[in-house]
Amino acid sequence: MTGTVRSLAAATPSARKQLDQLDRAWYIDKIVQFIVFASGISAIIFIVGIFIFVTKEGFGFILGAFDFAEFFGSPRWKPTSEYNPTYGILALIAGTASVTGLAMLIAIPFSIGAAIYVAEFATGKTREALKVLVELLAAIPSVVWGFIALSLMNPLIIELFDVPVGLNILNAGIILALMAAPIMTSIAEDALKAVPDRYREAAEALGATRWQVISKVVLPAAKNGLLGAVLLGVGRGFGETMAVLMATGHSINLPDSIFDSVRALTATIASELGETVVGSDHYQALFTIGIFLFLITFVINLCADLVVRGIGKV
Amino acid sequence: MDRQAVIRDAKHSAEAQQSSATSQYAIVTQDLNVWYGDFQALYDVTLNIKKDIITSLIGPSGCGKSTFLRSINRINERLSYVRIDGSITVYDHNIYGDHVELAQVRKQIGMVFQRPNPLPISIRDNVLFGLSIHSESRKKLPRNEVDDIVEQALQQVLLWHTVKDRLGRKATELSLEEQQKLCIARLLPIKPTILLMDEPCSALDAKGTEAVEELLWGLRGRYTIVIVTHNMAQARRASDECIFMLMGKVIEHTPTAEMFVTPAHKETADYIEGRYG
Repeated sequence: MTGTVRSLAAATPSARKQLDQLDRAWYIDKIVQFIVFASGISAIIFIVGIFIFVTKEGFGFILGAFDFAEFFGSPRWKPTSEYNPTYGILALIAGTASVTGLAMLIAIPFSIGAAIYVAEFATGKTREALKVLVELLAAIPSVVWGFIALSLMNPLIIELFDVPVGLNILNAGIILALMAAPIMTSIAEDALKAVPDRYREAAEALGATRWQVISKVVLPAAKNGLLGAVLLGVGRGFGETMAVLMATGHSINLPDSIFDSVRALTATIASELGETVVGSDHYQALFTIGIFLFLITFVINLCADLVVRGIGKV
Repeated sequence: MDRQAVIRDAKHSAEAQQSSATSQYAIVTQDLNVWYGDFQALYDVTLNIKKDIITSLIGPSGCGKSTFLRSINRINERLSYVRIDGSITVYDHNIYGDHVELAQVRKQIGMVFQRPNPLPISIRDNVLFGLSIHSESRKKLPRNEVDDIVEQALQQVLLWHTVKDRLGRKATELSLEEQQKLCIARLLPIKPTILLMDEPCSALDAKGTEAVEELLWGLRGRYTIVIVTHNMAQARRASDECIFMLMGKVIEHTPTAEMFVTPAHKETADYIEGRYG
């Protein structure tokens, strides 16, 4: 091979020039390869970097003032107390979990229903319009949802249910459901669309009605993707900050009804971090919450990913 | 029994005989025209397909044989742009009538597709799928009865011995030949009268083709079978009557032996001899 190349190069100047061009193409190819590789791997670098940073900031607290039983078992989050600061995040976990739970209760049936309609029933223009609208809904910034919670839902809830405060689990749950539903709908729809049409045809040829085709063939075949959609919605719920901060009432509380105000883990970090002394116990405790959140969303997303990947095996 | 009753009975049976004589056909179509959008796929197809035998439909690609087949169980209507005109009568029922329930039509007229399409559930559930969607009552059949149904259906398609130990496995894991047999087996529990087969062997190798053909002969007599095929030798081997179609029209409909020996039309002869198609 090299022998031929050399003899060619030696043969004529024009052939030599041609070979130089090939060389340049080879370098460009290598450079592009490297750039693409670097951007691909950067995601991993960033995520590891963030994890290291968050862990480093919170680590002092974990080694020092951290008391596992108090941190996860106590509802008393009083980091600014002069005499006896306590760092119990149980109430915050309850807040996040109750809001996310309610949001999922609302969002799952809605988004799966919407996905079924878009994927199986809607045709032509209706379908396109719905898809665009769903994507638009997903693009609304969370602070706008917060506005809606504060100025629209709040008075509405007070009036409808005759409660003193309208910023509570119900309000945040509805807002979060509306925020999570579009992305869940869109992923669930992809999962339904991925079910090969010949399965539907086979079932219809056996005399199955539309609903039988969906309930007995399409939904079971798409169950991995649907579960993935739900898990992503849950992840979104845990991670959402601004809208939850504005809608929950932001008061530390172990709730016993959906009309109680609560406070979320994320909202606590967002509202308090700016006012703490860097390196203080309070500051580090907030970072510990960050680690906790990071781990939860990481596990949820990982599960979602693994589950969605399962589609290919069906 | 008095004399009058005897006469009445005799009259009855004569009537019965006559009506069975007029309806020796399972499928009767009258001036069937089918359009896909602006494209007309079938032109005035008028056919009488006999009961309990195997009828094959042959013709070059795009001649409308699949369209015809897919009109018989109305699976064509899955496409929103299909338009159908004319009538199809199956066992004396107009299947395009106003009060016809689509599910019942398709229950009576089973279909096997070109590409085996078992559902992504277990082999057993595939066989029972038809029952599960058509069972009137909510109550479950006893387990041993269900097992019998599964075994019988799989026996009939000569699949029982190969799959009996793995009924719980996913049907999509089977070989193509086994999948196609399963697709035939799952039609049987809901007791169809007609089986439509749209090139059932085109995805199979020679051995699989032979096995499915053998199976068709086994089912012959119990079901009216209409098979679309690209394979002339298959039509010749595996059917009693043969319909030759060209450009959406029926050219010839005769007993298979006759068509392959003395075709009445030049087009048929040319096609059979492989001059086009």
